[in-house]
Amino acid sequence: MKLRNSHSGGSPRLVRARDLGVRRNERWIIRHVDMEVARGALVFLIGANGAGKSTCAKAILGLIEVSEGSVDRAPSLEVGYVPQRLSISPTLPLSMRRLMTLTGRFAARDVDAALAAAGLERLGDPPVMNLSGGELQRLLLARALIHRPGLLILDEPAQGVDLPGADRLHELIDGIRRDLGCGVLLISHDLQRAMDTGDDVVALVPHEHDEPPPAGAYDPSAGQRQTDAPGG
Amino acid sequence: MLDDFFTRALLGGIGLALVTGPAGCFVVWRRLAYFGETIAHSALLGVALSIVFNLHLVIGIFASACAVVLVMFHLGRRDSLPADTLLGLLAHGGLAIGLVVLAFFPSIRLNLHGLLFGDILGVSRADLAIVWGGGAVALGVLGWLWRPLLAATVSADLAAVAGMRPERARLAFGFLVAAVIAVAIKIVGVLLVVALLVIPAATVRRFSTSPERMAGAAAVAGVAAVAGGLFASAEFDTPSGPSIVVAALVVFALTRLRRPRRV
Repeated sequence: MKLRNSHSGGSPRLVRARDLGVRRNERWIIRHVDMEVARGALVFLIGANGAGKSTCAKAILGLIEVSEGSVDRAPSLEVGYVPQRLSISPTLPLSMRRLMTLTGRFAARDVDAALAAAGLERLGDPPVMNLSGGELQRLLLARALIHRPGLLILDEPAQGVDLPGADRLHELIDGIRRDLGCGVLLISHDLQRAMDTGDDVVALVPHEHDEPPPAGAYDPSAGQRQTDAPGG
Repeated sequence: MLDDFFTRALLGGIGLALVTGPAGCFVVWRRLAYFGETIAHSALLGVALSIVFNLHLVIGIFASACAVVLVMFHLGRRDSLPADTLLGLLAHGGLAIGLVVLAFFPSIRLNLHGLLFGDILGVSRADLAIVWGGGAVALGVLGWLWRPLLAATVSADLAAVAGMRPERARLAFGFLVAAVIAVAIKIVGVLLVVALLVIPAATVRRFSTSPERMAGAAAVAGVAAVAGGLFASAEFDTPSGPSIVVAALVVFALTRLRRPRRV
């Protein structure tokens, strides 16, 4: 993979958002967001409910139109996305292994390897409907993993998973980052974990976005304000 | 062999069921039953179009159905009205406009009953060519659409991140349903056509372990319903289109008698 842009001194930059703003129905959902993810870096995107974390991630993924600012991705960057949840119609018979090849063809041994990397190798091939919340998150992670992404974007993977489960999930993500050498953008509202393990932390604050930048690189006072702010 | 009206009816119905089975799976997975009804209802508008512009009925219905699909997509994006309200508006709007336009042509005698309930026993050789030719094209398109459409059905976001353009697949499937319904109306009519999409797929869901197997099984269930319905209608002298739907329902009910295996 060729990376044209390189970070000043550090690892090559995978994606960079500058002065990002998304407006829907006359209302700014996010505004003035600056962030970047470099190769091998773990970047946390934190904020209360309604702060626009998922919107921000979708803008970076190119899933929604940006109203302001820009998103630059390294050329031919393979992005893996783990959505917050997946609602599959019960009328659709989809097994775990079939979901792995949903967006690409892969050999059975690649499927095995990705499932094993996510700790799902012992489940066999159950219907996706029968998986628990934590298992589904791991499956979605394995599904993203099989594409061998250069950048992995996860939307609150630990939501609905108990604390030990969340710890294991984060260890898993960290292991994947080391093995693949990919950059990781992790959406979370776990401020403590972000501060402890993140290479960089971006905090979004629910705010009337009429004034100058309320969001950007993390600083302690912004984080404090964010935890006190009521959810939108 | 094709000289016999019953054989032609059987072949026409089977050709149709081979397409409505797999296509109907997506209708069920994506919850598009009412979308199908809307296209079918608005077919009356297509009938009016065919008469005004002197087109083949299938062409006229297909054209109006595509227009309805486009309007639906446009309004679905721009408008804040809920989807089922939009569909209700278009379904009955299309039906009513069609009937009003037809009233301006009093010299035309329309077989309204045939349009509403189908006229499978009146299937001609040309109709057979349309059903099998169009059906082959429709199955080809469905095969080509399969991966992106299935991915978009599970998650539009995941499909988009993988570069599969889910919106395009969705629109293409809308046109595909429009084509299937345009061809099917001759056989089962405006009011019953969605049954051929929905009932076979619903019948085989509990026996299916993968999307692909469910599509194949739905085609088989549809063929069984067509054959059973036609033979029953000959035996008991009942109307053919409704008999096919009743046969599909009977197959559905029979498969419900046994409890599903616990997996």
